[in-house]
Amino acid sequence: MDWYPLFNSLRVAAISTAFTFFLGLLAAHVVSRAPRLVRGALDVVLTLPLVLPPTVIGFFLLKLFGPYGPVGSIFEKWFETRLVMRWYSAIFASVVVAFPLMYRTTCGAFRAYDRDLRSAGQTLGLSNTYIFWRVTLPCCKQGIIAGSILAFARALGEYGATSMVAGYTPGRTATISTTVYQLWRTGDDAGAYTWVAINIAISAVVLIALNFFEKNEKRGGI
Amino acid sequence: MLSVDIHKRLGDFRLDVAFSAEDGILALLGASGCGKSLTLRCIAGIERPDSGRIELNGRVLFDSERGINLPPQKRRVGYLFQHYSLFPNMTVAQNIMQGARLRPKGERRAAVSAMIASMRLDGLAEHRPSELSGGQRQRVALARCLIAEPEALLLDEPFSALDDYLKWQLELELTDTLGAYAGKVGTTLFVSHDRGEVYRLAESVCTLTRGSGNGVQPVRELFAEPDTLAKCLISGCKNFSRARPLGGNLVEAVDWGVTLDAGREVTIDVAYVGVRAHYLSIDNGQLTMDNYGGRTTGNLVRCTVERVIDDVFSAVVMLRTSGDASSEMSRLRMELPKAEWDGFYSADSPREIDISIDAKDIMLLKE
Repeated sequence: MDWYPLFNSLRVAAISTAFTFFLGLLAAHVVSRAPRLVRGALDVVLTLPLVLPPTVIGFFLLKLFGPYGPVGSIFEKWFETRLVMRWYSAIFASVVVAFPLMYRTTCGAFRAYDRDLRSAGQTLGLSNTYIFWRVTLPCCKQGIIAGSILAFARALGEYGATSMVAGYTPGRTATISTTVYQLWRTGDDAGAYTWVAINIAISAVVLIALNFFEKNEKRGGI
Repeated sequence: MLSVDIHKRLGDFRLDVAFSAEDGILALLGASGCGKSLTLRCIAGIERPDSGRIELNGRVLFDSERGINLPPQKRRVGYLFQHYSLFPNMTVAQNIMQGARLRPKGERRAAVSAMIASMRLDGLAEHRPSELSGGQRQRVALARCLIAEPEALLLDEPFSALDDYLKWQLELELTDTLGAYAGKVGTTLFVSHDRGEVYRLAESVCTLTRGSGNGVQPVRELFAEPDTLAKCLISGCKNFSRARPLGGNLVEAVDWGVTLDAGREVTIDVAYVGVRAHYLSIDNGQLTMDNYGGRTTGNLVRCTVERVIDDVFSAVVMLRTSGDASSEMSRLRMELPKAEWDGFYSADSPREIDISIDAKDIMLLKE
């Protein structure tokens, strides 16, 4: 059996989660400190990928990163690199789709965070950067971990946008989800069942991890 | 020496506070929501006033005209938060260490150990804040402030997060600690809504009414002879009447329907009179009622007993005077030891009693 789809799915999900982690943190941090009106507008824009159909996101990504798109054409010309229909194209799709989950969970953690802790650090002479990494993040740790796990789970299950941006090439861009679709389409039910079982197993592990961290969060309060 | 003159608008609320505090403990006293904490946050640099100026020992911390607004990190102002705001992810020692980070690296550990010993936190160094009692948390928070060697210390309702039983103990402890650091921390600002705390802890006081400061005065003076209605209310007085000076020592207490002899000259700008609930006494009948023109002499007020509320150690008697009943001020509140009231009054006693007010207990108040 060819294990490439499993390898590729995990690779794409892991790299996407890493990007989503930092982008989500940054966005949540910026939004939580923005003036109220700006905050509302940013919140809508950043959450939009959560409610848009993945095909719409795939469409936008193709227009942007495709060989004739504003970003894609630059890469074609200067780096002789194609951004779509490669294994890493799925990362773009997964990051966009998983981002709102990371962003919103982190926002919630920041909102529940006691702001006086930050002020206390400031009056003690601690720099804002130090406070962010050593006080704010540790205090919001549970929420941030939960957000990362959700983002990983979503990235792993991403199908719609991925199939548009990365397509399905066995051994090159195939992921678990696109493989299942392909196997079903070609009538290979046995093969499809195998990948479905693998997918369910991974998702169950991820959800158990999520529950574990949420339970700890309740116990870990001050 | 800390001098503050700041203005800030937050929606409908306006903060206009100006005071200067010498070395020692100055209390900011006022009801909740009057802007006490906001004032502290402005001094610490956590909030930015719209305009004004804050100066500490000759250093300008904030000056809207010159565009100066030092970040909290550079102000050298210690802030003891209402709920202490200890970092929950750090141990006691690590929390205190955060206040020592401005010191040379080699000295920090020793400074933290010394602080832990002097704050009687031995054995707790490796504990998390969640494992400490309220009193211990306060000591850690105070240690964390003091180790940073601030030039001013701001205490935001330091006892409000505690139950009564602990409060008293902590108050004694805090008095000792502040006494020990008196030479090092110049000015201590202490915010409270509790008159008793202020009376016991502070030397001078600045009262705040709905965002406006009423100036600094010695604590004893505020309680003995408040000069305006606002200050008198904050000092805890319960009985007021609108006043009409009648010349000489006489003043008409309009809402109580009596004329009082204040025993001193009543100036024309006196707009209210006030008497504390503890200073009203029941006339024992030895003073005579002298009925000329319906007025009583000897400062007697004829009242009807409306309600008696049984408190823990005292009886609170609500009385209605002969003044206009539609005015809230026409009622008097008298507090006296339970036994004294029970000895005087029973269910079948007449509901009319005479209350006597000693001239020296009458507070003459301006608008």
